[in-house]
Amino acid sequence: MVNLLALIRNETTKVWKKKRFAVVVLILLILIPIFVYAQMKIAQNSADKFNEDWRSELQSRITDNTNALSSNRIPEEWKQWRKALVQQLQYYLDHDINPQTPNAVTFTRTFMDNAVSLFIPLMVLAIASDLVSSERSTGTIKMLLTRPVRRWRILFSKLATLTLYVSLILVVTVLLCYAISGLVFGYAGWGEPVFVGFHIRGADVDTANVHAITQGVYLLMQSGLIWFSAMVVAIIALMVSVLVRSTAASFVTMMATIIAGTILANMASSWKSAKYLFNVNLELSGYLRGTPPPIEGMSLGFSLAVLGIWAAAALIVSFTVFTKQDILN
Amino acid sequence: MADHAKEVVLSVQNLQKSIGRKQIIRNVSFDVYAGEIFGFLGPNGSGKTTTIRMLVDLIKPTAGKILICGENINSHPDRALAHVGCIVENPEMYGYMTGWENLEQFARMQPGISERRIAEVVEIVGLDARIGDKVKTYSLGMRQRLGIAQALLCKPKLLILDEPTNGLDPKGIKELREFIRMLAGSGMSLFISSHLLSEIQLMCDRVAIIAHGEVIAVGEVDELVSQAGTYTVWQVDKPDRVKEMFEGQPDVQVVPENQHRIDESLLTTLNEPIVTVMDELLVTDWVNRLVAAGIGVQSVQRVAPSLEELFLKLTEGEKIG
Repeated sequence: MVNLLALIRNETTKVWKKKRFAVVVLILLILIPIFVYAQMKIAQNSADKFNEDWRSELQSRITDNTNALSSNRIPEEWKQWRKALVQQLQYYLDHDINPQTPNAVTFTRTFMDNAVSLFIPLMVLAIASDLVSSERSTGTIKMLLTRPVRRWRILFSKLATLTLYVSLILVVTVLLCYAISGLVFGYAGWGEPVFVGFHIRGADVDTANVHAITQGVYLLMQSGLIWFSAMVVAIIALMVSVLVRSTAASFVTMMATIIAGTILANMASSWKSAKYLFNVNLELSGYLRGTPPPIEGMSLGFSLAVLGIWAAAALIVSFTVFTKQDILN
Repeated sequence: MADHAKEVVLSVQNLQKSIGRKQIIRNVSFDVYAGEIFGFLGPNGSGKTTTIRMLVDLIKPTAGKILICGENINSHPDRALAHVGCIVENPEMYGYMTGWENLEQFARMQPGISERRIAEVVEIVGLDARIGDKVKTYSLGMRQRLGIAQALLCKPKLLILDEPTNGLDPKGIKELREFIRMLAGSGMSLFISSHLLSEIQLMCDRVAIIAHGEVIAVGEVDELVSQAGTYTVWQVDKPDRVKEMFEGQPDVQVVPENQHRIDESLLTTLNEPIVTVMDELLVTDWVNRLVAAGIGVQSVQRVAPSLEELFLKLTEGEKIG
């Protein structure tokens, strides 16, 4: 029996030698500085407008909210949220941080939030889309499948390689974001508080459990969720790559699906059953921020389940087709 | 047959394949013995490639059995393929890697292949000088060599080559032929498909002929060729008179120009050849008779029919489609 690790090593080498990962890093190296520059411009603008009196402004907001907390007329769950807000504002004041000026961690967090729906999937597809279809279009699949290795092991090694690269892409994106934006905004900001614990109930946001966590922890949670949705995209792309012979067709199919997802998310609030589609569920980190979901009835648990089921189905289809398929050309 | 004592390396039994409702392969059966060069001959579209793909588990048969060294390819593809090296159609490798890296890839896919073995096969196919270059810079001949090196890595008992001479220049074809003989000499069985009949005639010991998804003959190449009968070709200074003399003779049969199937290139050098079918023993007698009649006999030659002739004879009246 051939070692699975040897097969995974083969697949990893292939992706590496094809320079796919190098392209991803190159794209990041070009795009991130552009966003950093844009963010810097925004920060300069707001600094010009609000001048130096941000401390007194913070102080007055804290006073307002503390007063509200002692009031009887405010419902209990609102108080919870205000308590967290006061905590956060107090933190800024204590640490002499102007909340309007970004730092490397805030930038990374915001960048990742915006990247989850299109940018990360795009980079994942650069690797996932031709994992199987390139072997078919170049004919190397005939060499690959006529060696004494069971077909499921070949596909499994490709899946493992994909997981590896998806993880690597996320790590590299975060690191590059932090490293490049830190040059401009400074590398501090890990300890800054962020609100989490929002619950969406119908059209309302339930703030009863809201509390502040540090940005570092937030970034970790956020990256975990983004990793999950990136893996689902990768697995579905792997399936398409098994089913479609041409790499271009496989890439276009997946890209169209993902773009359709972002469009649907913006317009599908009246089409309720669209929430079972995987592509409207990809923005998992939105639940952390407490942004209302695109379609009523969606929650973090719901989205995770929908994505999980799609991924499982895609895996079943991939493995069944790949192990049974006749290689006709 | 004398082959009974020989070990069967590849056994194909009642192989069938349907795609949709169309039956592409019907009841194909043959055996390949250890150390022989086995030809698989058929025109394009006859089901040759489909059969080869079934031999190496790229296509699953609808019915029938394929045993390689006694292992069933469908139930234990990993065990059966451990004895096989193959190139199906073109030798496609990863162009973005060097030849050596490609071989490393395939070496990792099978147990017990050391770096020394890789160096060994590189030397066997004579690719030492360019093995460190990217495969995308290789010529077709070099890719072919690399493909064969890959196939030899696991010291296979059976080497399957699908149309190996495709795209090679005459020198390359000659080298390949010698190489194949050398491999067979070392005890390996070779399974070679071709639509070029002369290739099979030059290379193979035995042949299976396939048409329309059916094997129409299996046997020794020489035996099958002699079955098709030989021609006696005359070249004389008065062809019309000779034709008249042959006419009506019970022991001589003149074959009209468009009815014999001798390779055209053999006849182009001859001026107005008369193609006949006659007993070998009568030739001297007839030469004497023609000379006595004042006819100059320039040449008499026996021409073996090509395998193509045999092929057409076996598939008489059928059309490819």
